[in-house]
Amino acid sequence: MDEATIPISALNQYTYCSRRCALIHVEQTFEENIYTMRGRDLHERTDTPEESGWEDGIRIERALPLWNNRLGLIGKADVVEFHGETPYPVEYKHGRLHKYENDDLQLCAQALCLEEMTGQPVPRGAIFHHSSRSRREVAFDHELHNLVEITIKAIRGMFSSKTIPPPVNDARCRNCSLQEACMPSAIAEQKRTRLLHENLFRVIDP
Amino acid sequence: MHQLLNTLYITTEGAYLHLDHDTLKVEVEKETKLQVPIHHLGGVVCFGNVMVSPFAMHRCAEDGRFMVLLDRNGRFKARVEGPVSGNVLLRKAQHEAMTNNQITISIAKNIVAGKIQNTRQVILRGARDTDDQQDVLTLKATAESLGGALSRLSNCEDLDQIRGVEGESARTYFGSFDKLVREDRESFKLNGRTRRPPLDRMNALISFIYALLMNDCVAAAEGVGLDPQMGFLHALRPGRAALALDLMEEFRSILADRLALTLVNRRQINKNCFIERPGGAIHLNDEGRKEVVIAYQKRKQEEILHPFLEQKMPIGLIPHVQARLLARTLRGDMEEYIPFLYR
Repeated sequence: MDEATIPISALNQYTYCSRRCALIHVEQTFEENIYTMRGRDLHERTDTPEESGWEDGIRIERALPLWNNRLGLIGKADVVEFHGETPYPVEYKHGRLHKYENDDLQLCAQALCLEEMTGQPVPRGAIFHHSSRSRREVAFDHELHNLVEITIKAIRGMFSSKTIPPPVNDARCRNCSLQEACMPSAIAEQKRTRLLHENLFRVIDP
Repeated sequence: MHQLLNTLYITTEGAYLHLDHDTLKVEVEKETKLQVPIHHLGGVVCFGNVMVSPFAMHRCAEDGRFMVLLDRNGRFKARVEGPVSGNVLLRKAQHEAMTNNQITISIAKNIVAGKIQNTRQVILRGARDTDDQQDVLTLKATAESLGGALSRLSNCEDLDQIRGVEGESARTYFGSFDKLVREDRESFKLNGRTRRPPLDRMNALISFIYALLMNDCVAAAEGVGLDPQMGFLHALRPGRAALALDLMEEFRSILADRLALTLVNRRQINKNCFIERPGGAIHLNDEGRKEVVIAYQKRKQEEILHPFLEQKMPIGLIPHVQARLLARTLRGDMEEYIPFLYR
């Protein structure tokens, strides 16, 4: 991957777990589990540019390519509604209505792309939660903009140093599809590794 | 969780394997013998003269399923491979580790320690399973000698010493291997380890299972993005999968030797399962090979507790998991490579 360019989805991954982000983009690991399959399935249905058009007087673009040259971001929006001239990004997520900071960051990064691409301010967007069929509106305030820029810097640093942060080894790991590649418990517990290593050369019979 | 998928072994010569929609179809003399959905398969192994259609090869390579061509005796001939994938940074780390004496020695040492520990468990288990007091004494003495090798190993400072301890403990182990055989000892006497070609039935049997295991270890190394030729314990030699051989060391006794012994002790394999060639080379015959392949597949499905990861998993996944642990060690996530220990 071009080090200067960061995929928008990496912001979401990085905020969830920086190691997961590094495993995907630095180590090129990808494993599917039930959650990623659901997500992929959902996006396959939204990922059809041909279904763009007008709905209730609003122009709707699906699978719209996004970029921001200043920040070095690229990505794709599931849906962008045009309320008059103002773009309004909508990101589809499986699951029920819930506020996740990582989703908000991803959406805000999309907004920053749309601002540069169209020259229009993008003050708001929404996350569509597929299971509960509900929308949660997100306002892109100064704080969120800042957080996006800080996160991009951190990711860029990680990509260029090609480092893999240590595993978090907490509740996040339970539903993570990269558990097998990450080996969170084995790697987080170096003390145990040391003990096992010492015992490797000893005779210990039950 | 990575899934242990079935391997399709085609042992019938003259069989034709081809892609039919999302299935692989095996035909013998234009008659369909087998049709399996391709997503149920981790890979395909063909023995001897098996025809494979180009589209079946394309599809396997594309999906990252392995396709290996072996000769009738299980000797590696060719592998169908897709584009180079995986992580160039990992391969770079692997190459750099090779030139770093400290890392090379720690990995080689840990691998040999794992091998000796597991070999020792097989010996002790044999001692528990027999009523013959003379055999028990011999096996206990072997276990003790292997225990001594472990403590000598921990003081080794270079590769030659490590290889020395490894060779010596292998000789000790195979020296009392016959005591693990409980049925038809006469036919399955191991006259030292002979490989090219095997000169007795037991050698023929374990060599064949090693060939199956070897293919799984190459696939495991490649599956996690490691270069299977770049090993630590085994010296580099063109055409030799040194890393897969390294990886295999900890599994030889517990996966291959134990399986061979079980097959003989349960009389699933008997002396009629072999052919002797003029001059003394001995190989499994068609029925023998088939019996072994089926048993090997079954063994891979058995669940076992991985003591380091503290997870239950099918035995067949263990080479894959160990390859991953090695990859994580090479990428600096872990201080030491911890081999799989059988209890």
